[in-house]
Amino acid sequence: MNGIHDMGGMHGMGPIRHEENEPVFHEAWEGRVYAMNRALGVLGKWNLDASRHGLELLPPAEYLRMSYYERWLARNTELLVQQGLVTREEMETGKPAPESPKASPVLKAAVLTAAAVPAMASSRGSYMRPDAEAKARFKVGQHVRARNMNPVGHTRLPRYARGKRGVIVRHHGIFVFPDTNALFQGEQPQHLYSVRFVARELWGDGAPPHDSVHLDLWDSYLEHS
Amino acid sequence: MANDQTPEDRRGFLKRVATGAMAATVPPTMHAQDHPHDHEHQDVPSDPALRTKALESLLVEKGLVDPAALDALVDAYETKIGPRNGARVVARAWVDAAYKQRLLHDGGAAIGELGFRGAQGEHMVVVENGPKVHNLVVCTLCSCYPWPVLGLPPVWYKSAPYRSRAVIDPRGVLREFGLELPSDVEVRVWDSTAEIRYLVLPERPAGTERMTEEELAALVTRDAMVGVAKVRVGEAARPRGGPA
Repeated sequence: MNGIHDMGGMHGMGPIRHEENEPVFHEAWEGRVYAMNRALGVLGKWNLDASRHGLELLPPAEYLRMSYYERWLARNTELLVQQGLVTREEMETGKPAPESPKASPVLKAAVLTAAAVPAMASSRGSYMRPDAEAKARFKVGQHVRARNMNPVGHTRLPRYARGKRGVIVRHHGIFVFPDTNALFQGEQPQHLYSVRFVARELWGDGAPPHDSVHLDLWDSYLEHS
Repeated sequence: MANDQTPEDRRGFLKRVATGAMAATVPPTMHAQDHPHDHEHQDVPSDPALRTKALESLLVEKGLVDPAALDALVDAYETKIGPRNGARVVARAWVDAAYKQRLLHDGGAAIGELGFRGAQGEHMVVVENGPKVHNLVVCTLCSCYPWPVLGLPPVWYKSAPYRSRAVIDPRGVLREFGLELPSDVEVRVWDSTAEIRYLVLPERPAGTERMTEEELAALVTRDAMVGVAKVRVGEAARPRGGPA
């Protein structure tokens, strides 16, 4: 979707505020939101792409005004309700409704424990699908054009690269396709490539002649050029 | 469940985000400014700290979250998983040519040799800075960042100013970080649009030939591994903004 999250190339966002000796979490609640997000992810009711899409669906003005972890809190709240893990009434009262079911045995078995955290932190939950059936339409060195497309759902092809010409510089393998996965329409894995776009192709003649931007793009985002 | 989510569903979601659950998550000042005609949720805690606490206790009571697991996760990212890890990778590459070769060829495997792996580091690509090439990493669409080697990203990395300008004006961004690059240095920006995570291998500064690997690691900053700074002799003895 052409949302506010897709901000590459925008002007007017102000100076970058670099903070010396920045803490990992500025306030304790931020750490709790981060950890809840990880713990809820383990329950398997949604995936990383759906989770990213949840942020994109926040109303633009609120997306910009909220702090990072406020966005996560709003997104997780919405996903919890959407997936039926909590009700809106429970969110509003902060108390489990007397008639509301507690976690099912299946969910209970999936709940993240402290003992499982070190293993989780170091496990490889890969989105790579090397054995999936997928045809690679491109190879390294080929010239391509990023498609001009404007899907209303989730996509990882930013607006600033659409319609632009680039060169495949690396083949990453076969990966879960975020556009479908985010909408619970299946992983539909595709080949993924690193594509180099020269800065002048993206931004015009005012850009430095030798600079470039690389994006990781799925097969169906690209066409031959 | 949402197997065939239609645009209608998404609009519904948007509307609900704007009017329903968001009422519990949007500070009241925003309601006052932006939504003159709602809301009936005056009893809901407004402060994000309170709202987070309310959500956590609800999830705990429902058996969906174990608070001890949350403690362990927070502790892991506050004290163990941070830019010290990446600094060790960089220092090893500076002193061990064979390791550097492996690192540039298969980043994930070489980083894994030092024991750093896990979420948001499953597919690592390491890009090398040199006298004529400068690499810079961004995620314009969200906040993708190589957690196992750098920890969680700083606020500026996730902020609109950095995300919007890193791709269109990387040299201007670098200038804001105090780094002016000559025009004959090629700037390569890496926008993390997929599950590949990027780590910059900074240039080893001159005058460090006699330093040990450990001393070298102490020079390496988080910012240098994102590509918004160079490694300099005499920098703070630990990467900025992360666990020691």
